[in-house]
Amino acid sequence: MVETAHSLMPENGKKRDEDSEDGLELSPFWGIEKGAVLQEARCFNDSQLDTRRCQQVITKLLYLCNQGDSFTKTEATEVFFAVTKLFQSKDTNLRRMVYLIIKEICPTADEVIIVTSSLMKDMNSKIDLYRSNAIRALCNITDAGLLGQIERYLKQAVVDRNAVVASAALVSGTHLLKVNCEIVRRWSNEVQEAVNSKGPFVQFHALALLHQIRQNDRLAVSKLVTQMTRSTIRSQLAHCLVIRYVFQVIKEGSSCSGENRGERPFYSFLESCLRHKSEIVMFEAARVITELTDVTIQELQPAVSVLQLFLSSSKPTLRFASIRALKKVALSQPSSVTCCNMDMEGLISDHNRSIATLAITTLLKTGNESSVERLLKQIATFMADIQDDFKIVVVEAIQSLCLKFPQKHRVLMNFLSSHLREEGGFDYKNSIIQSILCLIKEIPEAKDSGLSHLSEFIEDCEFTYLSSQILHLLGEEGPTASDPSKYIRYIYNRVILENATIRASAVCALAKFGLLCPVLLPRTLLLIRRCLYDNDDEVRDRATFFVAAMQDRTFGADGLESHLKYHLCALESSLSEYVSGSTSSSFDISAVKCAPRENIADPDGVLDLEGNSHPNLDDGFDRELQDAERSVASIVQFSHFGPIFKSCIAVELTEAETEYKVTCIKHVFKLHVVFQFKCTNTIKEQVLENVSVAMELLDGAGCFEECASIPLESMPLGKSGSTYVAFSRVEGKRFSAKFACTLKFTSKEVDPISDIPEECGYEDEYTIEDVELSLLDFMCMTPLSNFRKAWDALPIETETANEYSLGKRESLGEAVETVTKVLGLQPCEGTGAVPPNARSHTALLSGTYVGDVALLVRLNLGIDVSNEVALKLTARAEDASVSEVAQLIVSEA
Amino acid sequence: MGISLEMPRMLNVLLLDADGKRVSTKYYDPKMTSLEKQLAYEKMVFSKTRANNARGDAEMALFGEHLVCYKFAADLHFYVTACDEENELIIAMVLNAFFDAVSLLLRGVVEKRTALENLDLVMLTIDELVDGGIIMETDPNVIANRVSMRGAEGEGAPPLAEQTLSQALNMAKEQITRNLLR
Repeated sequence: MVETAHSLMPENGKKRDEDSEDGLELSPFWGIEKGAVLQEARCFNDSQLDTRRCQQVITKLLYLCNQGDSFTKTEATEVFFAVTKLFQSKDTNLRRMVYLIIKEICPTADEVIIVTSSLMKDMNSKIDLYRSNAIRALCNITDAGLLGQIERYLKQAVVDRNAVVASAALVSGTHLLKVNCEIVRRWSNEVQEAVNSKGPFVQFHALALLHQIRQNDRLAVSKLVTQMTRSTIRSQLAHCLVIRYVFQVIKEGSSCSGENRGERPFYSFLESCLRHKSEIVMFEAARVITELTDVTIQELQPAVSVLQLFLSSSKPTLRFASIRALKKVALSQPSSVTCCNMDMEGLISDHNRSIATLAITTLLKTGNESSVERLLKQIATFMADIQDDFKIVVVEAIQSLCLKFPQKHRVLMNFLSSHLREEGGFDYKNSIIQSILCLIKEIPEAKDSGLSHLSEFIEDCEFTYLSSQILHLLGEEGPTASDPSKYIRYIYNRVILENATIRASAVCALAKFGLLCPVLLPRTLLLIRRCLYDNDDEVRDRATFFVAAMQDRTFGADGLESHLKYHLCALESSLSEYVSGSTSSSFDISAVKCAPRENIADPDGVLDLEGNSHPNLDDGFDRELQDAERSVASIVQFSHFGPIFKSCIAVELTEAETEYKVTCIKHVFKLHVVFQFKCTNTIKEQVLENVSVAMELLDGAGCFEECASIPLESMPLGKSGSTYVAFSRVEGKRFSAKFACTLKFTSKEVDPISDIPEECGYEDEYTIEDVELSLLDFMCMTPLSNFRKAWDALPIETETANEYSLGKRESLGEAVETVTKVLGLQPCEGTGAVPPNARSHTALLSGTYVGDVALLVRLNLGIDVSNEVALKLTARAEDASVSEVAQLIVSEA
Repeated sequence: MGISLEMPRMLNVLLLDADGKRVSTKYYDPKMTSLEKQLAYEKMVFSKTRANNARGDAEMALFGEHLVCYKFAADLHFYVTACDEENELIIAMVLNAFFDAVSLLLRGVVEKRTALENLDLVMLTIDELVDGGIIMETDPNVIANRVSMRGAEGEGAPPLAEQTLSQALNMAKEQITRNLLR
């Protein structure tokens, strides 16, 4: 009989109503108060201890702690001192509670000393449970200083013949490693002895501690592992530890020596663990095998079989564990999981929704194109009764499936849109919309059906945010769709039925249709006119603006774009300057810098200025570049160069914290190169005027000829001004070149009192760093959704193929990244990412060479055991010389 | 998400009631020391699992980087959490040990009222189950014996195996009388 199973019946005259529905009243802690309990704790000081009562009070104190009541410093000290009195009692159950509360209260250092002697006494008690609990309590509250005193006892306890004492000492030792690892290290021999103990948990705790002690000594760990794999392991947890340590040894071994091609060391041990009688050990071995680097299909097979077996277990935890492990395998080796597809399909109806969701997402990864329809049918029944967060996981999996099998976009898109119409929270709806948006971007064929699904959705969408987002998208993409007129009705319905925010978005969307499709202009104009009397200001304003814009004949399709594409920062700053009244002239919009036009006329219809042309740049760089592009485009002397092909990230030409700060941005045109030098003066006491940069060709003479130089009138203090040098390029020649640069200027001293510069200055020059032009500067990334089609469209005669050795690389992924970076091309169809453990990979890259020559590159990479990477580069371009260039870039890198 | 290379460590052991309120909880995760974080975690776990039927076998779920094993009985909800790199079955073993030991100590009456009336036993069970995140013991009988300090009185305590047997007999006897008296 359990003696302490006493009841803590209410004592303070509280009535218990048996029929009460209120669970609170049934609780023995109903109406408990900290003050009252602290009062009660005085009974600890009684000369005749009521042990039962003391236990109840300790329980109440701990209950209060756990419910979030905190004791003040003095209260805690008081309770602690009172508790130490309870060591007088011989009652074992009370003693157990005393140990517990000592650990919970965490006394301060001077208080620890009070209790140390009592605990030390118990550590040497003849009662095993006193010894173990005293060790745990003492180690919990001790500090490094006190540890020296008790170390001797702990060391002895490690090899105690009683399991509970040994475990207590070993676990406490593991915690103490953080406090003082030196002392614990000295127990090495004792711990080693405990590893061979008969008690399963002693073995487990000892092994864990021994490993932590030897952690940094690789040889010792490997010795320990070898020894353990040969001996009998009694505890299943210890067995798991051995498996983990083996895994670690294998991992470290494979990274430093690549020559062992045959049997993986310790693999047979892991394999034998798969046949262990404990499921825990079997599973541990299976998951370790699936995690081995470069695991082969043969090695994987027995582990997958074990996991497959678990899939049909009656225990939910086992099913959960195995499906989660299989999902991970499916990420890197989908083919080896396909054999479990049948079992996984059975799990779709599992009552544990976590298991069902994992099963579905795994199936979506392992499934082949033909099974997509069947799978969707099964998911549809399942989707109805799961929570939103699981649904979001499924939607994401479907999105990636759709990107994998673009041909299936129709079915998958239908699936997504049908769920869009079902009940669901905002996050869920938003994730579906984001998926459809992504699919519209990536798969051009899916655009029409996606847009019509979305426009149907806004008919009864309850979320304003989503409606406006979709309306914006319709405005962007609708006019270029195959039949723009059909969206008008959907959009105008919103104007009639929705709130002001949505109406405003709808007006914008309508206007875009009108301005971009001349056929629709009269009709949309009519519709927008109706909004002129809307009762919301913003809607009226937008309607008025667009009516004016649409009536103005000169304000054509590009008119809208260039109008909207004023550089917002520039517009803002010039407006605020105007408003502040510092200038007397009237506001002149034409002085505001416009976005460069050529991006708008992008042949792919990519209207998005931000990001698309330089997808991998930071926002900051991006903005700086756009600023620079605008300023170059606004210079008359360069206007006959045509559109900018590419601008390169600014390069610093001066050391940090020099008198002048100069950065250079290269703008590449079809036949010209413009160097923009942004100069900043950092010294207050001088004015620099007539600033220019003299550039002298060092390398590549004959390819470039200077054709213009625009000096900077004065170099401002703190802000940057630009001077430009333009070169014309001789066509058909190599482009790499190097220029020596010298900053030339007239320097004038400033009178420190009057702040007026002196009349006459002197000419000076300042050498800045060289500027280089490389082939890379003439290459631009272009995103592409269907590589195969574009590849086949390019003339096969231009194809060049070459093989290269890239030497030792960290991983295949790193090699792909490097080559892509060297070439400056855009990875397509997600081939820029290499699945972990892959031995070979094909990456598809696309780009444009100066002169708008499309260039496509296929990289075939393979990695061998010693991490040597071989590369085969196949390139096609609209011009044979350009595919040669791609080879040239790689061979020179 | 890799797999753990260290010894298994539990992040918390929770016993909540049917409304998600604390009966007894213990956290071992250094990132979860503040009460607000703990309560937020309990609320999240409770609300995401309450709809499931975990009355027979222990169930499992992954919330972010927390792998949670749970089991319900009457108006009590048992939870054990570890990090997502841990072996699921080890967490399940700890949870089952927790549940079975509490069940033994409460003599089969696993419900909130008895748990609160014997809260000291519940707290001690958690203390004997996991120490600072490290699994101490998972045999429910051994845990129950240690909680009730069996063998602590007097010296020559009987061997452990016999104890469990006699305890089992006692338990059965008591269970019967209890049921008869109802």
